Amino acid sequence: MLNYVWLFLMVVALVVGAINGRLQEVTEAAFKYAGVAVDIAIGLIGIMAMWLGIMRIAEKAGMVRLLARAIRPITTRLFPDVPPEHPAMGAMILNIAANWLGLSNAATPLGLKAMEELQKLNPRKDTATDAMVVFLGLNTGSITLIPATILAVRVQLGSTAPWEIIGTTIFASTCATITAVTMAKLMQRWPMFRLPPAEEASEEGSTLDKPEKTQEE
Amino acid sequence: MGEIFRNVIQTVSIWAIPVLLFFIPVLAFVKKVKVYEEFVEGAKEGFQVAVTIIPYLVAILVAIGMFRASGAMDAFARFIAPVTDLIGFPAEAIPAALMRPLSGSGTLGIVTELMKTHGPDSFIGRFASTIYGSTETTFYVLAVYFGAVNIKKTRHAVPAGLIADFVGIMAALFICKVVFGG
Repeated sequence: MLNYVWLFLMVVALVVGAINGRLQEVTEAAFKYAGVAVDIAIGLIGIMAMWLGIMRIAEKAGMVRLLARAIRPITTRLFPDVPPEHPAMGAMILNIAANWLGLSNAATPLGLKAMEELQKLNPRKDTATDAMVVFLGLNTGSITLIPATILAVRVQLGSTAPWEIIGTTIFASTCATITAVTMAKLMQRWPMFRLPPAEEASEEGSTLDKPEKTQEE
Repeated sequence: MGEIFRNVIQTVSIWAIPVLLFFIPVLAFVKKVKVYEEFVEGAKEGFQVAVTIIPYLVAILVAIGMFRASGAMDAFARFIAPVTDLIGFPAEAIPAALMRPLSGSGTLGIVTELMKTHGPDSFIGRFASTIYGSTETTFYVLAVYFGAVNIKKTRHAVPAGLIADFVGIMAALFICKVVFGG
């Protein structure tokens, strides 16, 4: 899918750019954003390292597992393929909580930690699992309780009631999140998105989750 | 009402991280975890994760940057204006809606412009503000999250994310019409 979207963006940009006489700007944008991408990634190193360090401590102390156990009734439904007390669950919950509170400096590192844990359960390392797509749905929809950035802009522009949009934002973002998760769940069974039958898949994947699963069933 | 809610959430936001940074190491220490050593061990991965993301982020941001610079967005906005008119979607807000899944900073720029022209307390201003908070930047999230674990085959993540963006923006329109009229 990303193959098509990516090609579409590039081709349309160059064709429309040529028609509009903006090829110069299009080329400049290409170089500029290649640099921006690296700046963003490099900027992540510090906070990424910090949260991974804290998460490692929390894991060693058994806190991530405890957290995962506490919210198990919800997570087992959302992520049936992930063992209920797997570290991925704890990381995902912390990421979602950070997102909802608008703590973006914490949300991304915790989200990437969760992806890393989910990847450990993934038998096909280049292909997204069902759980990953649901988790991404929770992140791209992402319920926003306090839209801090836009509130600041509204205050700056002299709004008499800047917070008025909090309620509407919560409503809209909740609808988006519910849709993202529902679509992720529905589409995972569609033939075009279905995972290929597991061949060598089972060995790697199941050694990780077997001990937990046998306890369960 | 709105302000009380905002204060509660803001207090939680301010306290959440200090509380985590206090209790995690302290409780771990009580459980005899070697906190400093484990922190360093975990933090080592930070560099690797960040560097792994780079190619994915370059691919996505370059394509989106070029698309924005070409003026294709405005052309597309004019193209779909007759359809959006039918459901009472203000034409001025179309670029903001189209930009939302592609670029967070781009959307913020458009929304700020709209509020400057129409006023933050106008219907357009409130609607645009709601659009900004209605979803995350889908393509950015996909590039960073899948990039960090080297996943190239994203399956249904893109369509699910885009449908959610669409529903989020429609929900924004609906609730703004109900709450603010217009």
